[in-house]
Amino acid sequence: MKALIIGCGRVGSTIALQLQKEDWDVTVVDENEDALSRLGENWPGAFLVGHGMDADLLRAAGIEEADAVVVATDGDNTNIVIGQVAQKRFGVECTVIRLLDPARADFYSARGMRVVCPTKTAIETLGEAVRACAVPIREVTA
Amino acid sequence: MYVIVAGGGKVGANVARSLLRMGSEVTLIEQRRDRFERLEDEFEHQVHRGDATEIYVLERAGITRPPEILLALTGDDEDNMVICQLAKEKYGVPKVIARVNDPRNQAHFDLMGISPTVCATSSIMALVEHEVPEHDLIHLLELRKENLEIVEVQIDRDSPVAGKRVESLKLPEGARLISVMRNGHAEIAVGATALEAGDQVLAILEPGKEDELRKVLLKR
Repeated sequence: MKALIIGCGRVGSTIALQLQKEDWDVTVVDENEDALSRLGENWPGAFLVGHGMDADLLRAAGIEEADAVVVATDGDNTNIVIGQVAQKRFGVECTVIRLLDPARADFYSARGMRVVCPTKTAIETLGEAVRACAVPIREVTA
Repeated sequence: MYVIVAGGGKVGANVARSLLRMGSEVTLIEQRRDRFERLEDEFEHQVHRGDATEIYVLERAGITRPPEILLALTGDDEDNMVICQLAKEKYGVPKVIARVNDPRNQAHFDLMGISPTVCATSSIMALVEHEVPEHDLIHLLELRKENLEIVEVQIDRDSPVAGKRVESLKLPEGARLISVMRNGHAEIAVGATALEAGDQVLAILEPGKEDELRKVLLKR
């Protein structure tokens, strides 16, 4: 199975390393060459420097043969556009994008995109954590 | 007419100013604080501060009314694409116009069905093609919706098609000759039309077929 990861930050790099361990053929794309260091000393997959909006770069990264594309750059709107390019232009059915804004996440999920919104997850998890520690106040006995 | 203008740079501010002068009702959206403060002196309550790709910012600017037209004129192509998609598909804004900053992103705008678009670089290049006579293939018209374009080719003495009839040409798939202009007189190109050196030929073709057409008509 072949995966293309666009954006090699904390999220992108960790997913790349995980999939690679699970025997995926992983290619990573990032604008910044230094992002390669996030993949450790001996990254066995491919790493291309460039912008994910560049269709030629996506082709060079093998998007036409990819089984899955993960779009996790630091810009929500960039991820929205690259996600649609991967899905509609290159026909990668399994295209997953990361969006920080819950409102745009709702809109684009409803339009048939696979959206992961860490902000929403954080709100839910934090809410649960706060509720879990709301223990009743006990009377202190002397 | 109610218009929302996203992006208060030179382009957006000038467009907003012109629309106001024409008597339209305008809301301008600008994200950068320093730029916003300067715009506020001129546009007062008609300029809003915020990121126009944020849904609450668009709603505060009155997108739910909705406006007759939204102009996405920021300096960021991804932002312009998202603003147009939200406007059209979430709020039913009937008409959008988007600015393309990097002509390489044009295909992405087309993919998302965002039209019309305006790209200064492409417009300038089209004019250069028109003005520089040594260009052998001139783009005259782009029919974006049809995915076709009309070009003009000058047949010269070295051209392999000079003296040949149109029906004998091996034109690339997706390309047709429309007309032949000779001595100031134009004729519709039919199978029996013979081409001569000095002819100006109009052709219709799918974008990207220019090189193939150039090879057939000019051998270069």
